[in-house]
Amino acid sequence: MSDPHEQTHIDSVGSYVKILLALLVATGVTTAVARLDLGAFNTVVALSIASVKMLLVALFFMHIRHSNKLTKLVVAGGLLWLAILLLLTMTDFATRGILGVPGK
Amino acid sequence: MADHAPAETLALRVQFDTEAQQKDASTLGMWLFLITEIMFFGGMFTVYTVYRSWYPDVFAIASSSLNEIIGALNTGVLLLSSFTMVMAVRAGQLGQRKAILIFLILTLLFGGIFLGVKGYEWNQKFEEHHIPGQAAFHLEGVAPSDQGHAQLFFSIYFAMTGLHALHMVIGVGILLTLIVQARKGRFSASYYTPIDVTGLYWHFVDVIWIFLFPLLYLIDRHLVK
Amino acid sequence: MITAAPQEREHYLNASHGLKSWLLTKDHKRIGLLYLATITLFFFIGGAFATLIRVELLTPQGNLVSSETYNKLFTMHAVSMIFFFLIPSIPAVLGNFFLPIMIGARDLAFPRLNLLSWYLLVIGGAFSLFAMIAGGVDTGWTFYTPYSTTYSNSWVIATALGIFIAGFSSILTGLNFIVTVHTMRAPGMTWFRMPLFVWANYATSLIQVLGTPVLAVTIVLLFLERVFHLGIFDPARGGDPVLFQHLFWFYSHPAVYIMVLPSMGVVSEIISTFSRKAIFGYAFVAFSSVAIAVLGFLVWGHHMFVSGQSLYAGMVFSFLSYFVAIPSAIKVFNWTATLYKGSISFQTPMLYAFGFIGLFTVGGLTGLFLAALGMDIHVTDTYFVVAHFHYIMVGGALMGYLGGMHFWWPKITGRMYPEGWAKLSALVIFLGFNLTFFPQFILGYLGMPRRYHVYPAEFQVLNVLSTAGASVLAVGYVIPMIYFIWSLRYGKVASANPWGATGLEWKTSSPPPVHNFEETPVVTHEAYDYASLMAEEVEVG
Repeated sequence: MSDPHEQTHIDSVGSYVKILLALLVATGVTTAVARLDLGAFNTVVALSIASVKMLLVALFFMHIRHSNKLTKLVVAGGLLWLAILLLLTMTDFATRGILGVPGK
Repeated sequence: MADHAPAETLALRVQFDTEAQQKDASTLGMWLFLITEIMFFGGMFTVYTVYRSWYPDVFAIASSSLNEIIGALNTGVLLLSSFTMVMAVRAGQLGQRKAILIFLILTLLFGGIFLGVKGYEWNQKFEEHHIPGQAAFHLEGVAPSDQGHAQLFFSIYFAMTGLHALHMVIGVGILLTLIVQARKGRFSASYYTPIDVTGLYWHFVDVIWIFLFPLLYLIDRHLVK
Repeated sequence: MITAAPQEREHYLNASHGLKSWLLTKDHKRIGLLYLATITLFFFIGGAFATLIRVELLTPQGNLVSSETYNKLFTMHAVSMIFFFLIPSIPAVLGNFFLPIMIGARDLAFPRLNLLSWYLLVIGGAFSLFAMIAGGVDTGWTFYTPYSTTYSNSWVIATALGIFIAGFSSILTGLNFIVTVHTMRAPGMTWFRMPLFVWANYATSLIQVLGTPVLAVTIVLLFLERVFHLGIFDPARGGDPVLFQHLFWFYSHPAVYIMVLPSMGVVSEIISTFSRKAIFGYAFVAFSSVAIAVLGFLVWGHHMFVSGQSLYAGMVFSFLSYFVAIPSAIKVFNWTATLYKGSISFQTPMLYAFGFIGLFTVGGLTGLFLAALGMDIHVTDTYFVVAHFHYIMVGGALMGYLGGMHFWWPKITGRMYPEGWAKLSALVIFLGFNLTFFPQFILGYLGMPRRYHVYPAEFQVLNVLSTAGASVLAVGYVIPMIYFIWSLRYGKVASANPWGATGLEWKTSSPPPVHNFEETPVVTHEAYDYASLMAEEVEVG
């Protein structure tokens, strides 16, 4: 399935340190930004920073950037299914009550 | 015995033909397991999304009652543990037995600190009577008719951080086993898969926290002075 | 044993002896048989509850058991049958046994995880059995809140915990199958040479891996609410019981496909073997399994049309539900097209496959009635729904399971079952099934609600017919039990390939050796390549 020589990419210590610093800075930024009034964008910013942090951890610490297509597909599939669960549930909760019929 | 299978070793179990095949199987298995974890926590994130969209104001007030500085520092500790974990995997790739052991112990240490801080925070909630389902529950700044909604926030807070902490405790258990094995010199550059897949699990638990932190601690803080 | 045949060939059954060699086995074939014993037990437990339900419904007065006991009977019938029989049935028994052999592997990717999965099912089953013996549970198998969290005085937690643990068995089995299919295929066994049974189990595993964790977290929330009064589904605190239903059906609708997809895989194997033709439109049938698995996740809200769910969500779910009919119809049409100009023989497995196609079609089409918003409001929670899902789960899933058991029995045990008795029991089951459940369509359409043991006298005739059918059905299930056990000792010794079928499982001896093949097979043909097989026969002949 995969070439054994291709498997062990050994990243440098420096690259891991850089990722760690980026993650720590992002944590500080998201905490500080939460005090600013950005209106509806507070949530957007918070989730965007969290997503970037997730990408950094997944790509570098979990080595997805060196992984084969199947692993990437599995991860993408998992996130897609999470989206299905959230979105289809919200079709109910986002439209609840606008009809003016009790209980609908 | 009529059997075409080669003799079994740790690095090559009887059902596999090559070590690369076994490593592929272990890695894919762990990723699939992480997918099940995404869906497991996904149910909780759905609950969170629904109620936060229903009661945004009460959730902002309830969220502000958490100490976000402690939360941020604890996030830093967990990120550090992820760093030491990936360093342990790197040591595995290079077959540096001593470094494997040191980084595994460091990861265990940071994981332990995170859990300790979490325990302190939970204890604070008990002292402040922010425990859902108890008659004494009361959150300052929330109208009496909305106290139930505030309870929902804390229900979600305890359920999500509790399930996350449970995963951390399981991770600590696995780390302890790895440390015992590493002390025996079980791992080498040709066999470090257990460290590799434990790393994936540990980072995943970290990623869950990366989302829990803003979602629980940082909701619309600017609205609440 | 003194009478043992001298120098009997070694296979997975006689390679080692004693209880320990079974309870600690890592052999996927032995684990399959451990599952067989476990789920057979639960089938008869669930069947006993069903018997009591049908006897109670003989009369309109409700004079055999109290209402509370009746609530417990239908709950425990469903819990036993769904979580401890149907969901593990084909994947854990036949899938476990044959999936590795059919792709030419020595075992599953994770044999010890496989054994753990069986223990998890047993432990989960023990919890649920304990709850049944200690006093039972009365919430219905759906555990709807707030009744299950606040009001029920029955053994909710023990039962739910049992289901939670069994859920992990299901997750780990699915995970094991997916990894095995990806990494363990023999040389030449490309994806589009895999038997359709493997495709069906692969699609099923996707559902098990993606859906079951949501059930797990739902049960955790139920537990936390019942024990610690967290109140997440408590309307008194602004929580929403309907949210529980969303999370529950996110798993439990796809769970229906966990039950029926593997059966479809079995039917593909049988139809092809007994009409000696390749499955018409192989790739379509393969992809339709995956399509059913995916689409199955998009339709759960059709179980909630009369709940407090928004009407707009209802419309979305209703619309999406119709899409499931497309891959299902592709399968039925392609099986039928396979039969066309086939050299058909009517052995027992083929009878079950025919039974599956007919009954699944009825169950599937009535499912379309239920997916329509207006129609569903008329028949919600009536016997129409009960009849519909029994046509899918018993007429579909169980028929496929029994067909598969007959088809592969010679391979599993090395003995033939008695064909005459088997044909008779297949016929008895088909007749008994229809007599039991067809009247329930009429009862439901006339308005008889499910889950009540007292009903208007005008419904009695149809209920008596249904109960009569259930007794016939019970006889039909007992006959195979008897002749299967009988055949272990007295059955004709089976050859390696008694049906003249093409799959890899028929290329190894019956029963197979411990690591399935004497030598790793190399695959050079497409699946179901009967055309070249028969050409070879002509040349040789």
